Amino acid sequence: MRRLLLLLFVAWLAGPPASHAQSPESLKALADLVVDNADKREAAVTVIGGTRDPKWLNFLGALRDGNVYARGKGKDAEVVVGGAKSTRGDAEMIEIVTAYERKPLGAVPLAGLVEIAADRRLRIAIKPFLDADETRLQLASRDPEARRGAALKLAHQADIGAASVVEAAIARETVPNVRHALEEALALIRLASGDASARILAAQALGALHGSGAMPALQRLAADTAATPAEREAARGAIRQIERWGLLVRAVETVFQGASLASILLLMALGLAIVFGLMGVINMAHGELMALGAYSTFVVQNVFRARWPDRFDAYFVVALPVSFAVAALVGVVLERGVIRRLYGRPLETLLLTWGASLIIQQGLRLYFGAANVDVSSPTWLSGGFALMTGLTLPFNRLFIIVLASVSVAAMYWLLFRTNTGLRIRAVTQNRTMSSCLGVRAGWVDATTFALGAGLAGLAGCALTQIGNVGPSLGQNYIVDSFMVVVTGGVGKLLGTILAAAGIGTLNKGIEPALGAVFAKVAILIAVILFLQRRPAGLFATRGRGAEA
Amino acid sequence: MVRKPERLGLLALGLVLVVALPLGNLLPPGSPLHVSNFTLNLFGKFLTYAILALGLDLLWGYAGVLSLGHGVFFGLGAYAMGMHLMLEIGSKSVYQSALPDFMVWNQVKELPLFWRPFNSASFTLVAIVVVPALFALVFGFLAFRSRVRGVYLSIITQALALSAWLVFNRNEMNLGGTNGLADFKTIFGVPLNRAATQRMLYVVTAVTLVVAWALCRWITQSRAGKVLVAVRDSETRVLFCGYSPANYKLFVFVVSAVLAGVAGALYAPQVGIITPAKMGVLPSIEMVVWVAAGGRGTLIGAVLGAIGVNWMQSWLTTSYPDLWLLFLGALFMSVVLFIPDGVVGALARVAQWLRRRRSATTLDASPLGQATLGASRAGGSDTR
Repeated sequence: MRRLLLLLFVAWLAGPPASHAQSPESLKALADLVVDNADKREAAVTVIGGTRDPKWLNFLGALRDGNVYARGKGKDAEVVVGGAKSTRGDAEMIEIVTAYERKPLGAVPLAGLVEIAADRRLRIAIKPFLDADETRLQLASRDPEARRGAALKLAHQADIGAASVVEAAIARETVPNVRHALEEALALIRLASGDASARILAAQALGALHGSGAMPALQRLAADTAATPAEREAARGAIRQIERWGLLVRAVETVFQGASLASILLLMALGLAIVFGLMGVINMAHGELMALGAYSTFVVQNVFRARWPDRFDAYFVVALPVSFAVAALVGVVLERGVIRRLYGRPLETLLLTWGASLIIQQGLRLYFGAANVDVSSPTWLSGGFALMTGLTLPFNRLFIIVLASVSVAAMYWLLFRTNTGLRIRAVTQNRTMSSCLGVRAGWVDATTFALGAGLAGLAGCALTQIGNVGPSLGQNYIVDSFMVVVTGGVGKLLGTILAAAGIGTLNKGIEPALGAVFAKVAILIAVILFLQRRPAGLFATRGRGAEA
Repeated sequence: MVRKPERLGLLALGLVLVVALPLGNLLPPGSPLHVSNFTLNLFGKFLTYAILALGLDLLWGYAGVLSLGHGVFFGLGAYAMGMHLMLEIGSKSVYQSALPDFMVWNQVKELPLFWRPFNSASFTLVAIVVVPALFALVFGFLAFRSRVRGVYLSIITQALALSAWLVFNRNEMNLGGTNGLADFKTIFGVPLNRAATQRMLYVVTAVTLVVAWALCRWITQSRAGKVLVAVRDSETRVLFCGYSPANYKLFVFVVSAVLAGVAGALYAPQVGIITPAKMGVLPSIEMVVWVAAGGRGTLIGAVLGAIGVNWMQSWLTTSYPDLWLLFLGALFMSVVLFIPDGVVGALARVAQWLRRRRSATTLDASPLGQATLGASRAGGSDTR
């Protein structure tokens, strides 16, 4: 009970000053606004804003927007707020209300009023009061992100006057990360303005909250010679706590980024790998098939935007199969049209598919333009999942991880649980023998190529959510996915998966130390050295032939 | 033994390239046989490409190793030359500093250590050969020793081209970043923009091309050349015969890298700029299509391919810039599909067919009837 009373007392102390509705000071300030003296007018705004009274703040808003007028002259002038305008006969009329209470004063001729113009200086003086008010409004917003933004702003301002508001907000907050931001804001406010013991408590609270945003304030306190040793020790402890947490966050983040890159590589390399395994063909046009998938997504998006704007979010669900189908179709045309003529000559096929890639790329450039096109994310893929303090996992990256996993699972099912898969594996192992046993190798080639190309299209569709979509989209990732295939070895799904995971995590692991470019070079060196040990990749197919 | 009409053709081509073009440049501009400075310079560029193509052909056409990263070696040679030319500018540069201009922008205070030896012309000339050779030696040793072959090797070399491009684009490498090295003023003390200097450079390039051709021909005619062809046709069998295919491939890889480096070194002063864009993935694979279009496995095919494709490129990119990539793609596809042994190979087949028609009445033409791809590859103008 006593505690409750104490809390109430504190709340009363820290609360906004009791309504001095029309206190003499504010009334005097109101009168000063009419005076033609910039200093006095600025001081008047400060006094009026300082009341933090919503009604007065409304008045300041009207002043900023040029809706405040003076009626009468000199000392007897009355400050009023203007409203709707109308014309009666020749005269222009305006509805006016009183400055504070907004009591209607009827319509008067506009000519009888003098506008109190808010010049730049006055507007600058008004701004902080209105902003602070807006932050408070945001705290009550229904959108959690807006509330969180307001909390961050309050934490940045660290204005003691806001403490009670934040406390009230904490009490009714239910979303964890917003609550966290609010608690941090409160602790920061107390750190900035409480007494020594309150500061120690605040520092400890900040340490327990792990927020890296509190670091500058804590460092200032730790270095502050005016503070007591206990305060500084508390600040240092909190800093240590936050730093340790930061290390953990970075480790988790690296793993996540590695997984994300690995799934991108896997999505791209999967199609490449099964085609390589089956036909010994490195499809250089794989990147362009990805670009085709990405542009299909772009087209589907535009169709939805034009035809069904209210169902816009559903476009991506449609775009996935469409991009698969488009890329698969082009893949089949490519395979049936030209690649099958070069069976058994892998180097020639490589050049051929490179030629095809140039044509597709330039075709896209001529049709869609050389500039990147804009593919917007559906709302259900924007934003992220707040895993822990300081780490939010973006939904689009999570989606790609899920898509890659589903693709791999589907591929496993297809290869090991269906007749088609059985035929594909048979032709991969021994083409001639399969043909003799009645497997139509040409048909299997076409199916597999369509599948690989479709997977490329799917990857392209997924890439629209995380990168730019342009005609050279495929070029950016293609060499990386080749490396995955080469490292993984021919015709082994598991090898491809492990290689993608290895290269992805290795890349993200060394990127902080070396930078993106030298990380890529290091990966190349690593792959070359790896091939020293295993020239045919992770899982080489063992055969009796001398070439194997 | 080069057949007589072909020998005459070769001689004529050599004479036109080495003697006639520079002489035409000496004629007064009004003369009908006058060769403008621009044309001569353009052909100078094509001839450097031809030198590179010879090396690539040696590697791919004879040893069967498809490198998609020869732009790197070309770039190494060109950068070595470019660094010397940059240092020769001295304080005549825009910022009047002894340092190259881009270092002034990047606020580099003193010349990086690896730039210093390039002050010396003789060191530069050695570096043009040695740097690509060493690089190819290390890379090739690692690649061939572990028996990385076929498509694997192509992919690895392509990754090499990508990495080199990425690295040379970085400003902190102190190699001029994306803008590369440019704005050269003199070469070995002679002003570069003088017509006589450019003519001299052209003659040097043409002579180098002839020497390179002779070198490659000597290699292909030697026993080693026969082993190379054997490696291309069946590497395992060569291995089982007691040869070491890896060593032969490494040797030819280094030779072709040196040729590419020399080509690059001749390219830089004639074109006046070298940027990382010349050593990326696309230029590297374009080099392959020169050889493919001209006719791999025949040295003359590589030279003709390099000149022909680039001639077409300089015409198409000025007249129809949008079409060039489409054309290049179509060229890749049609060469691979329809004339796998290139223009020269196709011509040789036509000639064989004509000869067979002529001799059909008197002789049984069965040996000529088996004009397979392999036979015309090893045959063509280099029939022994």
